[in-house]
Amino acid sequence: MAYTLDPEVTPLLQVGHLVKRYQGFTLDDVSFRLDPGYIMGFIGRNGAGKTTTLKLIMGLVKADAGTVAVCGQDFRAHELALKQQIGFALGETPFYPRTRLGAITSVYRRFYEKWDDAAYGRLLRRFDLDPAKKVEQLSAGMKVKYSLALALSHGARLLILDEPTSGLDPVSRDEVLDFFQELIEDGTRSILFSTHITSDLDKCADFLTYIVDGRIVASQSKDDFIASYRLVRGRRGQLDQAARTALVGVKEHQFGFTGLIRADDWTRLGLVGLESATPTVEDIMVYRGHGLAGDE
Amino acid sequence: MDIVLQPASDVPLYQQIAAQVAAQILRGDLPPETMLPPIRTLARELGISVITVKNAWEELQRQGFLYGHAGRGTFVAPHHPWEMADKRRDIAEDQMRHDLAFYRNLGLTEADVIALVRQEWNQPDN
Repeated sequence: MAYTLDPEVTPLLQVGHLVKRYQGFTLDDVSFRLDPGYIMGFIGRNGAGKTTTLKLIMGLVKADAGTVAVCGQDFRAHELALKQQIGFALGETPFYPRTRLGAITSVYRRFYEKWDDAAYGRLLRRFDLDPAKKVEQLSAGMKVKYSLALALSHGARLLILDEPTSGLDPVSRDEVLDFFQELIEDGTRSILFSTHITSDLDKCADFLTYIVDGRIVASQSKDDFIASYRLVRGRRGQLDQAARTALVGVKEHQFGFTGLIRADDWTRLGLVGLESATPTVEDIMVYRGHGLAGDE
Repeated sequence: MDIVLQPASDVPLYQQIAAQVAAQILRGDLPPETMLPPIRTLARELGISVITVKNAWEELQRQGFLYGHAGRGTFVAPHHPWEMADKRRDIAEDQMRHDLAFYRNLGLTEADVIALVRQEWNQPDN
């Protein structure tokens, strides 16, 4: 059952044909949209262009071409006003190590018209953060939670988070993901977060945008993304030319093979005798990385 | 309303949800006009995507179990006993086809399966 976006809804974020050329790497024609009330996972290997894309969206890196619209308005033309609507956190924010959290916050809050002290206080308590502590006294996980508390205390509708769960232990990660789902529950806010921890997506992502070597290869609902592939297993003898051509990626081992196939090819070809199963997001990423059909 | 998901199952999550809610409606645990919890609340509590719950609700609306509109809530549809009997039969038929394919693969015959059904039907915990 394919999910289609509602044309009546104004997207919170619309990225159109972004291009950025570096020596040896091009971010090519990146487009996707995120409607209010959803969580989108932005996935891809290290170096595929996730952080660059997020920086282009925020205007921290200048795009060679393309547009970004936030709440239906052109981001370049209304950058200051629209940034009030965005909570942004890069993976590792290099705060001064000897500074107390309270002191950093008192500077940070001045940039936001709608800074909400009560909301900030609730987040500190929830994440067990002590404003009297110095940055250097925080664990990696506590630093992430502190940047989240900063990003979420000015009534932002759109959260753009780069690797928010990296460096978190499983319990903290679960807390953060629960919190993401709570944030979108009233249907007005959205979260775009990059990650290479695919189990983050299994739990809470509604949409996935998948980037490979600077190009978007999929941007759709997670359920549709997963349903568009099958994981197939068979004995070595069954991996004939027909099967090889149809597989997006394959790993061979002593007892047989496991491969990824597009769901429509699986139905069309009716490969006899192979077992098939629903893949995880991780399976899809891994087997596409072992590509042989050359669709990347 | 109880929903127990098996993420590792080959049945898509939205179908698992739809089947469990349908079963509760057919058993009468969810009577007509019962208001279902908001999609987003259910998604958060089950720890799954909002889209998955939406897909399940759409499937149940298509099958005539639920009605509703975005923003006003989703309700169990009014139904006639004979319709419910038909739906119950449809669901059982689907499940049986699935199970029979499995038994055939194991090499069981029709007589084997019938004997097995007789034996298991009268087990105390069924």
